[in-house]
Amino acid sequence: MNKQLMYGTYAIGEAAIQAGCTCYFGYPITPQNELPEYMSRRLLEVPGGVFIQAESELAAINMVLGASVAGARVMTSSSSPGISLKQEGISFLAGSELPAVIVNIVRGGPGLGNIAPAQSDYFQATRGGGHGDYKTIVLAPASVQEMADLTFLAFDLSDQYRMPALILGDGMLGQIMEPVVIPARKKKKLPEKDYILTGARGRPARLVKSLILDTRQMEDHNWKLVRKFQRVKQNETRWESFLLEDAEMVVIAYGTAARIAKGSINRLKKEDPDIKIGMIRPITLSPFPEKIIRETAGKVSDFFVFEMSTGQMVEDVKLSLEGRGTVHFYGRPGGVSPTPAEVARIMARHYPQSKSTGKK
Amino acid sequence: MKKVYSRPKSLKKVPMHYCPGCGHSIIHRLIAELLDEMSLRETAICVPPAGCAVLAYNYLDIDMVEAPHGRATAVATGIKRVRPDNMVFSYQGDGDLAAIGTAETLHTANRGELISVIFVNNAIYGMTGGQMAPTTLAGQITTTSPSGRNTKTEGPPIRVCELLSTLENTTYLERVAVNSPANIKKTKKAIKKAFQHQQKKTGFSLVEILSSCPTNWKMDPLKSCRWIDEIMVKEFPLGVIKEVKC
Repeated sequence: MNKQLMYGTYAIGEAAIQAGCTCYFGYPITPQNELPEYMSRRLLEVPGGVFIQAESELAAINMVLGASVAGARVMTSSSSPGISLKQEGISFLAGSELPAVIVNIVRGGPGLGNIAPAQSDYFQATRGGGHGDYKTIVLAPASVQEMADLTFLAFDLSDQYRMPALILGDGMLGQIMEPVVIPARKKKKLPEKDYILTGARGRPARLVKSLILDTRQMEDHNWKLVRKFQRVKQNETRWESFLLEDAEMVVIAYGTAARIAKGSINRLKKEDPDIKIGMIRPITLSPFPEKIIRETAGKVSDFFVFEMSTGQMVEDVKLSLEGRGTVHFYGRPGGVSPTPAEVARIMARHYPQSKSTGKK
Repeated sequence: MKKVYSRPKSLKKVPMHYCPGCGHSIIHRLIAELLDEMSLRETAICVPPAGCAVLAYNYLDIDMVEAPHGRATAVATGIKRVRPDNMVFSYQGDGDLAAIGTAETLHTANRGELISVIFVNNAIYGMTGGQMAPTTLAGQITTTSPSGRNTKTEGPPIRVCELLSTLENTTYLERVAVNSPANIKKTKKAIKKAFQHQQKKTGFSLVEILSSCPTNWKMDPLKSCRWIDEIMVKEFPLGVIKEVKC
């Protein structure tokens, strides 16, 4: 497909279609309504395509479970309050080891909050979100192109590891238009879906469940999920390094916050070419790129975490650093997107004084 | 000698865990017989409920997936839309279908999903230990309605078939019981009809089965069967509530 101007939500939708997604179930909620609208149109053109506007988020995520266990590539999307409602189903998907792609176009919270871009669902997304011991794969795009690219990845990882994959966007990424190329699907070698329900013809009956009454077996199942996630961590952790080579301070931010922070870094460098600020942008929030952060701590002692929340990822940064370095935090919750100039001011304030070139 | 009775192939050779006099084992067997007789074992996909019958997968030898409490028809919707040629049915209790899962039930029926629902109404929450259900009768004592269900504050029992009958896309709704040999025969016929409606793609089908829970009703099995005849059917009249010709 040629380069075209697309909304973030449309880019996810088209990438999903190209990735072989044949089923979408969802419930309207701002700021992501353009995605179900897009899917309702596009799935009409896909052989076997299924679109249902469900009666609730609960119903939608359980239709996802049904389509997944029937063997389809399936997606749902929502925004914060709706994702809270889906958590029961996400826990069941994780427990039953079923793949699914779940998009959260995050808005300000808690409660009904507002409809502006926020990063306040980081904890919910990266800690499982629902009940029980489990984790999901969480991908954080920072551009419309990446919304498309990570959608392909989400379907593949979800199928490969048989676990739900979340795409954590926000109201800004969903609503902006940017040039994007939706590539054709590169078919990856994935494990055969030998668990799906098709009717017990010529094989023993299959059972997909998360109920394990025997406590020892349940314990084994929990550890199995942990081992699976360790494999994900080993193989699939992704991040972007920006000007990390000779950095005196490293910014850690993801998604829209990372875009703003990049603008801030460029701005500061323009003002003072000797200022050395780099950035690590986690692309997978779960698994979190803790190794690169820890390694960087050998060379850099100041870390600046910027989030559009009161501070959630900053905890993972501190856990990754294991006490090394100093962590500065700047948070803007409630749906506020500060300008690069605002963030640059705060960044400069935390830039190590001894390294400062003194120009201003 | 001619063999007149044997275990259906779709029923696993294991003893059931259900209490003496519980209706689930009878209903499981009827389903298994029909899966054999209608040659559906290889296309059937069942969504069992949360509750005592969650363990239906230990007994029915067909593909199954467990749904969260109340969400069986949403899960069944997802399966049926992906696999329209499979026989997809949910097996749900009264709390599952008419309390926590009311919205899913109503909207699945309203969309006319081509699935069948086996709805077991025993007027109580069985597995959790006998709490008040949406179908608990007026005045009925349960562990959470110690003075009997007060219809002024707790509402009267919900008649699911009648409620769903107003929806255009429901095409077969019948209420039966498994408290006597004659009623068991009628139940089997009703489930067969529901499966046939699904095969002919007429619309949403549901069979409500009045079934006893002697343990939580605190009655012996025989008295439980009589209680269905004498008390329960007055609130939940038996018969075809709605049928659109297939």
